[in-house]
Amino acid sequence: MTTLHLRVGFMPLVDCALVVLAKDEGFAEAEGLNLELVREVSWSNLRDKLNVRLFDAAHMLGPAAIAATLGIGGVKAPMAAPMALNRDGAAITLSLRRFEELSRLAEGDLSDTAVSARALAAMVARRSASGLPPLTFAAVFGFSTHTYLLGEWLEKAGLRLGEDIRFEVVPPPQTVEALASGRIDGFCAGAPWNSAAVAAGIGAMVHASVDLRRNCHDKVLAWRADDVQKRPAAVSKLGAAILKASAWACRPENVSRMAYHLSAPDRLALPAELIERILHGELLQGDDRPTRRIGQFIRFDREALRPDPDDADWVLAGMERAGQVVATPQMRDAAREVLLSASFGSILASIGDQPIV
Amino acid sequence: MQVTPKERLEGMAPNLRILIVDANQIRAAIIEEGLREAGYDQLIRVTATTGLVAAIETHDPDVVVIDLEDPSRDALADMFLVSRHVRRPITMFVDQSDLASIEAAVEAGVSAYIVDGLKKERMQPILQTCISRFNAFRKLREELEEARSQLEDRKIIDRAKGIVMRLKGLSEDEAYALMRRTAMNEKRKLVDIAHSLITAAEMLK
Repeated sequence: MTTLHLRVGFMPLVDCALVVLAKDEGFAEAEGLNLELVREVSWSNLRDKLNVRLFDAAHMLGPAAIAATLGIGGVKAPMAAPMALNRDGAAITLSLRRFEELSRLAEGDLSDTAVSARALAAMVARRSASGLPPLTFAAVFGFSTHTYLLGEWLEKAGLRLGEDIRFEVVPPPQTVEALASGRIDGFCAGAPWNSAAVAAGIGAMVHASVDLRRNCHDKVLAWRADDVQKRPAAVSKLGAAILKASAWACRPENVSRMAYHLSAPDRLALPAELIERILHGELLQGDDRPTRRIGQFIRFDREALRPDPDDADWVLAGMERAGQVVATPQMRDAAREVLLSASFGSILASIGDQPIV
Repeated sequence: MQVTPKERLEGMAPNLRILIVDANQIRAAIIEEGLREAGYDQLIRVTATTGLVAAIETHDPDVVVIDLEDPSRDALADMFLVSRHVRRPITMFVDQSDLASIEAAVEAGVSAYIVDGLKKERMQPILQTCISRFNAFRKLREELEEARSQLEDRKIIDRAKGIVMRLKGLSEDEAYALMRRTAMNEKRKLVDIAHSLITAAEMLK
């Protein structure tokens, strides 16, 4: 079997796990792939390097792949996602000080997103009445699951992100520092950055993404749209390796090894224990609250990887709420076409009856 | 009379304000010098990305050149998307009609943002200058790295040679010849053999 060399870019987040496992547990090699993984510093870089073929595929925010395909934000780089890489797994964290304020203002159970949103609205109103600067929330990219989740949360109390609360983009590894320095008051990001902020003693988790939305669209495996047509073998082999990694990752006895792979210096470069707790659905909450246990906090199972064109509708709605675009029917069609459910079907068929080890 | 490239450019190039964002001060200086030579004289250098918004508001640049590996690219893109942060809309410079130069830029590790309405043709020489300066800087750094590692290797080989001389009572040339022969026979690098010798000598101390 001839070996096919593939370069795949990723961002240091727990949800890059299946790409990392495809390499580190030998699933890619078994498919005849020589997989080279490259850690990146920005989603812009992932997009640009995929676009000029410095990468064959990339761990990508679904909304970023849709934005690039539609050319929103100035760069047009058509992409296609034959599979997702995870669902769920994000959380919203506030600085300890803001969390304490929120707790005091809450009328009811803070774990209810409507209660927490109303408390937030009260905080916003108080600040404005006393002439204090508006709060600043951050997400990891403008076109992201996290921006739209923040938007959904705020909407519950009639607040708008970017108007009532300032919005900033902070790369995932810098969220903790930005929160510590007071530059931002809170952020929504993927694992492990919420737990990292809590572990550092500077933040408290308000909500996991599953509180706002279950089965939430997140990262995808993005290819150049034309490559999905032109390189079916590469797409199918990498897809098969990732499906096998998914089956492996779902076995409880493999969780600590998975955490070990992700903790490596050229992957997330964070303590394995921190990552393992998250994979077990044990979330640090901070502010003297006990660890919260969430069943399926982050999903890597096969069904989670099936791209769902309906997710594109949610993404466009989020973009509209954030004022990023006024969507046309043509945009909706083009966005739905990014999430290639048919392609996922053929990858599934390609592994056919093969036993999954 | 001969017209220098600089003089030729001076007629068309200037009056563009260029903001150079690079945490690496040496590279930023190299880029600035390149652009100045090409006839651009309104150059602003920013090394700390924390003050980026303020710098853009103050200087109102026509062009922003940024290191591709700077983590603040995502924040910059968002800032430009929400144009109320900046006086004039800015977008990333991607000329779909000239994919080759965009590829060259990404490979060199530079990206550029331009204000809306700036002619593509005016951007090309700036981008080309930045690409060649980025590449020149990388080459410089690689050469420096190589020189540094050669020096390191040399020190290790010298130490190992000393051990062989002392233990086997050989001259410097003989010790070196023995090490080279061993490396060739084992198909290993001389410096690896030297490393093994030093490790072994330390264990047997």
